[in-house]
Amino acid sequence: MMSGESIYQPQSAFMKWLERRLPIASLVHSSFIAYPTPRNLNYWWTFGGILTFMLGVQIVTGIVLSMHYVPHVDFAFNSVEGIMRDVNYGWLLRYIHATGASFFFVAVYMHIARGMYYGSYKEPREVLWILGVILFLLMIITGFMGYVLPWGQMSFWAATVITNLFSAIPLVGSPIVTWLWGGFAVGGPTLNRFYSLHYLLPFVIVGVVGLHIWALHMVGQNNPTGVEPKSDKDIVAFTPYATVKDAFFVGVFCIVFAVFVFYIPNYLLSPDNFIPANPEQTPTHIVPEWYYLPFYAILRGIPNKLLGVTALATSIIVLAFMPWLDTSRVRSASYRPLYRQFLFIFFATVIGLGYLGSQEPTGGYVIAARILTVYYFAFFFVILPLLGLFEKTRPLPNSISESVLQHGVPAGAPAPGVHA
Amino acid sequence: MKRYHRLAFALALAVVLCGAGAAVAQEADAPPRQRWSFWGPFGLYDQAQLQRGFKIYQEVCANCHSLNLLSFRNLADPGGPNFTEAQAASIAATFQVQDGPNDQGKMFKRPGKISDLFPPPFANEQAARAALGGKLPPDMSTLAKARSYEWGFPWFILDAFTMYQEAGPDYIHAILTGYTDAPAGFAIPPGGQYNKYFPGHAIGMPKPLSDGQVEYTDGTPTTVDQYARDVSAFLMWAAEPTLDARKRLGFQVIVFLIVFTGLLYFTKKRVWHAILHEPELEKPRAPTGYQV
Repeated sequence: MMSGESIYQPQSAFMKWLERRLPIASLVHSSFIAYPTPRNLNYWWTFGGILTFMLGVQIVTGIVLSMHYVPHVDFAFNSVEGIMRDVNYGWLLRYIHATGASFFFVAVYMHIARGMYYGSYKEPREVLWILGVILFLLMIITGFMGYVLPWGQMSFWAATVITNLFSAIPLVGSPIVTWLWGGFAVGGPTLNRFYSLHYLLPFVIVGVVGLHIWALHMVGQNNPTGVEPKSDKDIVAFTPYATVKDAFFVGVFCIVFAVFVFYIPNYLLSPDNFIPANPEQTPTHIVPEWYYLPFYAILRGIPNKLLGVTALATSIIVLAFMPWLDTSRVRSASYRPLYRQFLFIFFATVIGLGYLGSQEPTGGYVIAARILTVYYFAFFFVILPLLGLFEKTRPLPNSISESVLQHGVPAGAPAPGVHA
Repeated sequence: MKRYHRLAFALALAVVLCGAGAAVAQEADAPPRQRWSFWGPFGLYDQAQLQRGFKIYQEVCANCHSLNLLSFRNLADPGGPNFTEAQAASIAATFQVQDGPNDQGKMFKRPGKISDLFPPPFANEQAARAALGGKLPPDMSTLAKARSYEWGFPWFILDAFTMYQEAGPDYIHAILTGYTDAPAGFAIPPGGQYNKYFPGHAIGMPKPLSDGQVEYTDGTPTTVDQYARDVSAFLMWAAEPTLDARKRLGFQVIVFLIVFTGLLYFTKKRVWHAILHEPELEKPRAPTGYQV
């Protein structure tokens, strides 16, 4: 039912001609016009569209920036400043791109949080979810490499610290790091390959986004009740209903984005990155961008380097195993009172870890980071498997339309009357 | 279930508070926050202040600090100190710039042109260190964005809402006005000065400004505080020369986005009205009669 059978009828002679040779119009029609979406999706479901939009923004601004950027240790810093000062609207492109990276991560964290809250990772959406985790990983790598390109102090030292993580691997660690650097320290070859990969990976992301959307259109969207659509009453067509809703919320997102770009563009940038890279002078306090801070806190909280790196990698990869770690058959946290509370504590834990990651790793901070790290992993490896066995869930509605029309309002759905 | 909510909240609060407690234990004094003309969403540079600040840079700072990323032409850029092109050219002519090689293959000095970069006070890092007892004055092109101060929680959140972007000029102003006598028992390393706002307090730069040192022709008080204010504003412009254009365009973009998003909201409301309020129309609303 959710496969979106094409009802497209070409009207003009040309479209009829084209349809028999390349049915692209009916593909677009069935994917983005007639595609059925649950009628009760709330605004948390607009972040997929926002992410697609942000990917486009980053690629377009990035392509223009790359026309003016020089990937060389002696010129990279000044070429970025040249973009800010002498390229027409270069400051705008660069601030959109730098702030855009942050907002890309804002959107992806919202998107992941929504998936976790409404159980969007559960059968039959496991592959869709895993593709999402792969996209998140690709974003992390791309963002990190992009941060190195301005070749300021924080660029250089972040590259040094992060690539050095691979040295924790027994036996082959040190050769791997040398191989990554293209030398015996972060330097010119490192900058060049990071630039090359920073240009390549976004297009890999585009490809995986294609798979992600393909998988989504196979299984259909989850919804706030977690009950699959059962009849035509439960669904609406993608266009105009989802498109106009997505467009509206992209607009809201852009307003906040524009406030950052135009009024506080340096708020999310590190002052140290306005000092050109200097391999002989370590900044007093090396911190990654805010969106990596929770994982950085996990890494630093563990005294053993190999264990720390393993925990760091596990903390991200564990997401891919959520479909099997969560033993509950009920998807939506709206009907899982205990899961809901543990999940909110989990979100608070991630924010707390983010704060701790930004602070110097001393005394109370390290202890706090360790406590939160224990909860982070306990959530996945203990709470998720056990809750499914012991939790008493609330009764599910028989259908989406029943939950909307008779039982009042499920969590997050638009309340009838509110929009009157 | 309420108590879990409270537990989550308490946990988050505890994390944040223990962080805030440790953040208070900073070494250097917090720079006092100044009022800047370029504060907030509508704040722009004060051209007269930038001209005064440039005078201080030229007469005081430029003896040791380079301004490598700026050209003389930038002095005439809109949103900058707003010198005329002729003024910028005559300022350029007061500098000696290295050029060459000439027909004989020799480097030579000539008066600066408007298209030249500001010439550095020292030929290279080693020359600077040799002349200044081993110290290297930082380049000033991005200095106002490369210096900051961590006020810690909750400021890093509040600053987003108050649009505070002036930590750099605040810090520079504080350093320039922060030369005091060292407290008893504080051992200043040789060649250092005590500065209450400098991290570690022992700053290499001797007190650069004193009252009445630079002449102002517009009646502005010639105090260290005023000098510090003016040169900090100038350095902010040097680091962020497109601030005026950015804020002007930003206002237009945000007004447009608010209107456009408002229209989208009403479109959305109209489109969804039947779904939300007329449940008797229970059909899939797939569009029919679709035309290409």
